[in-house]
Amino acid sequence: MSTTPPMVAQSGGRDDVPAATDSTDGSIPTNPTSHDRKGTWLAAVFLAPALLLLLVMVLYPIVFSLVRSLYDAPGSSFLGFGNYVSLFTDGNTLTALKNNVIWMVVAPTLVTALGLMFAVLTERISWVTVFKTLVFMPMAVSFLASGVIFRLVYDEEPDRGLANAMLVAVHDTFAPSSSYPGGRPGDPDAFPAADDGTITSAESVSTGSTVPIPLLAVSPDDVPAVATVAEEATEPGSDSAISGTVWLDFTLGGGGEPDVVDETEKGLPGMEVEAVQDGKVVGSTTTSANGTFTVSGLAPGDYELRLPAANFAAPFNGVTWLGPNLITPAIIAAYIWIYAGFAMVLIAAGMAAIPRDALEAARMDGATEWQVFRRVTMPLLAPVLVVVFVTLVINVLKVFDLVFIIAPGSVQPDANVLALQMWKVSFGGGQDQGLGSAIGVFLLLLVIPAMVFNIRRFKKEQ
Amino acid sequence: MKTTRRRVTHLAIGAAAMALVVSGCGGSDSSSDDTADDPTSESSLPDLEGESIEVAAVWTGAEQKTFEKVLAGFSDATGAEVKYTSTGDDIATVLGTKIKGGQPPDVAMLPQPGLLAQFAESGDIQPVNEDVAAAVDENYAAIWKDLASNGSDQYGVWIDASNKSTVWYNQTLFDDAGIEPPTTWDEFVASAQTLSDSGVQIPVSLGGADGWTLTDWFENVYLRTAGADMYDQLTTHEIPWTDPSVTTALETLAELWGEETLVGDSGTALQTDFTGSVTNVFDADAQSAVVYEGGFVAGVINDATDFTVGEDANFFEFPAVDDSEPSVVGGGDVAVQFTDSEVSQAFLTYLASPEAAAAMVSTGSFTSANQNLDSSAYPDETSKALGEAIVEAGENFRFDMSDLAPSAFGGTVGAGEWKDLQDFLADPSDVEGAQESLEANAAKAFK
Repeated sequence: MSTTPPMVAQSGGRDDVPAATDSTDGSIPTNPTSHDRKGTWLAAVFLAPALLLLLVMVLYPIVFSLVRSLYDAPGSSFLGFGNYVSLFTDGNTLTALKNNVIWMVVAPTLVTALGLMFAVLTERISWVTVFKTLVFMPMAVSFLASGVIFRLVYDEEPDRGLANAMLVAVHDTFAPSSSYPGGRPGDPDAFPAADDGTITSAESVSTGSTVPIPLLAVSPDDVPAVATVAEEATEPGSDSAISGTVWLDFTLGGGGEPDVVDETEKGLPGMEVEAVQDGKVVGSTTTSANGTFTVSGLAPGDYELRLPAANFAAPFNGVTWLGPNLITPAIIAAYIWIYAGFAMVLIAAGMAAIPRDALEAARMDGATEWQVFRRVTMPLLAPVLVVVFVTLVINVLKVFDLVFIIAPGSVQPDANVLALQMWKVSFGGGQDQGLGSAIGVFLLLLVIPAMVFNIRRFKKEQ
Repeated sequence: MKTTRRRVTHLAIGAAAMALVVSGCGGSDSSSDDTADDPTSESSLPDLEGESIEVAAVWTGAEQKTFEKVLAGFSDATGAEVKYTSTGDDIATVLGTKIKGGQPPDVAMLPQPGLLAQFAESGDIQPVNEDVAAAVDENYAAIWKDLASNGSDQYGVWIDASNKSTVWYNQTLFDDAGIEPPTTWDEFVASAQTLSDSGVQIPVSLGGADGWTLTDWFENVYLRTAGADMYDQLTTHEIPWTDPSVTTALETLAELWGEETLVGDSGTALQTDFTGSVTNVFDADAQSAVVYEGGFVAGVINDATDFTVGEDANFFEFPAVDDSEPSVVGGGDVAVQFTDSEVSQAFLTYLASPEAAAAMVSTGSFTSANQNLDSSAYPDETSKALGEAIVEAGENFRFDMSDLAPSAFGGTVGAGEWKDLQDFLADPSDVEGAQESLEANAAKAFK
């Protein structure tokens, strides 16, 4: 399938060959009749190899696919249009079709627009060669390698994925992560945790008392170096304070008693502790190195003790780029990275062909740069833009490798495109080459309008 | 996909073993030599001086070297010349072409029972003679005879078996949490909870992006909750996936998969591929402590991490569920003959012997189901334990179920069982929905 568009496009060009030969031959005025015959014969000899290749490698496969698409998986019984019916009723194929439409609309538009921007830029900057090389470089990388690169770029783990590493770096600059991510109460009956992680005492605590608050699931790596062995808090000694200990109730190596401050268990310093009355925070403090705290300055009475969620918030780990929602945009971005250079080079060539005096004349007439671009450059460039756009549409229809490599297995159905689906049902597990051929034929039908358009343009130009 | 995975298996175990105990290789050499010198064991092999035999298998590189040791043993014992051909990964296609061309190898190692059945039905492979059958009966549990048979005829010898019922763990994190490797499912879940308490953020690491890791999870749980007979029936789709036994297995899995404190966010698990799921556990600041997959995890640990198998990275056998018997899910390679000659029959007899098994396991690349194999032939403790578990499972060894299913169901990225179990991981509360989807896909594939 992938070779079809260029081959057919060439054939469009080659149709003109005999005419050209005839006209040059005709300019030699000796014995026109025999020469014509000789010319036709010569043309046939020269055309034969190309025609034969075309017949064997393009026409025959197309016809064979057409026929094959009417048969079942083993190719033994005739189904009529059965494969086409299942093509349009199968959820996977419909997702693929939907994604293909997104690809066709978004990718060529963005690539052409970006290519245009870069092309205009190349006229304004002095280091053109370096810039062009840089932007064009991804074209030299194979799709497969680019796919592997972007699989890594989009990795969810910020330690590996570049995209998330950048997001996390920016995020953490403005909102530092919590001290004890993942921490939860060791005694959920006395200190239940809300969904957001906030830990609140189940029963109210009266001033003058001491409250132990055991925590679990705090990674030993998150316990700061200043933390010392936890101690049981001393009685506050006044009616206006509540004391207590917040500690990691897990003895490394096991053997610790639950809810008891064991010998080696460490306090959790820097933990926010709030005393709450009627939903209002009336006093707060942070724990010291050994985990003890005293909330003082309280009016004698009953309070809820609360460890706010900010202490435990899970760290921001970026975005799931390769999840079901973002997968297609993520892959399209990779495609743009590859093809922007291609568009830029073609469009820059088109711009170089624009007569300078037209631009000069516009400027002389007092047009602003924007007006020059909008009213003069763009109209003159339009044919090139259209060619680039249509070529990209054809290219996008057969996109396969990027999707196959970038999408993790669990998300592949969400990222599916027709070319990938065609391969999957024919070879990648489905082993139904009848249905696969039907998808192939359908793809061909989608490509044909774009091809016809391109061929017409070529002819007009010649 | 299947072959790729298989290759990973062997390469991985091979790499693991080589990195493991260099001195062990020397020791095992001498032990296999000892057994080869034993006069009684090879008296049954005829003198085949001047005969030659062509053997084909997928192995290349280190695995090929190991297998050539086995071949050399046969040459030494009988005088026959053995020519080895590597087919590369796609052995089914290569053999198919050779058969059509009229020049199949004398003996080939097939990586799947399905291929054996296919070649048996097409009449390309020949049944083994009594000598081979007797050697298999003597050295292997009866299941291996069944796995090498089609209809009433026995066609081959399983020369190696891999173990996919192993759970690998980070020794340091287990020590920190003060726990021992669990032996039952309940202990397993409790251990995961303790690991979570100790501050391990995602105690059990799942490689949900690769659907086959999830089918392997399911197969191990199903073999233990439903038993080997039901396992066989589900494998061939004699019972539907809506069967209550599947419900039990999925509910058991949900006890673990449904707990975010134990396996983390399912969205993250579904983004993690197999290799990632291993490196998440074996890392200096690992946030996970346990990962389930087959013996080939050892290779990934040695290749992709700074951990050393047998020291800070160890495994325990997949835990029993409700007092289930020792069971192993795995794979292997079966030797079959395309020509029925004295030399190929003798070769198969030799392959079924403990001597051949000893040579096969001597580098740590392979493990064997041969129950008369002296386990000192293994070069290191890890491969020894992997092999012993297979022998111990005996009749309760089962082939990887998804590898036996049509690939549309059991081996396709983003479709069939892979996709259904990924959806189940995303929502472990919907057991019924998962079963219906599995059954719908299975019904389509098992036409």
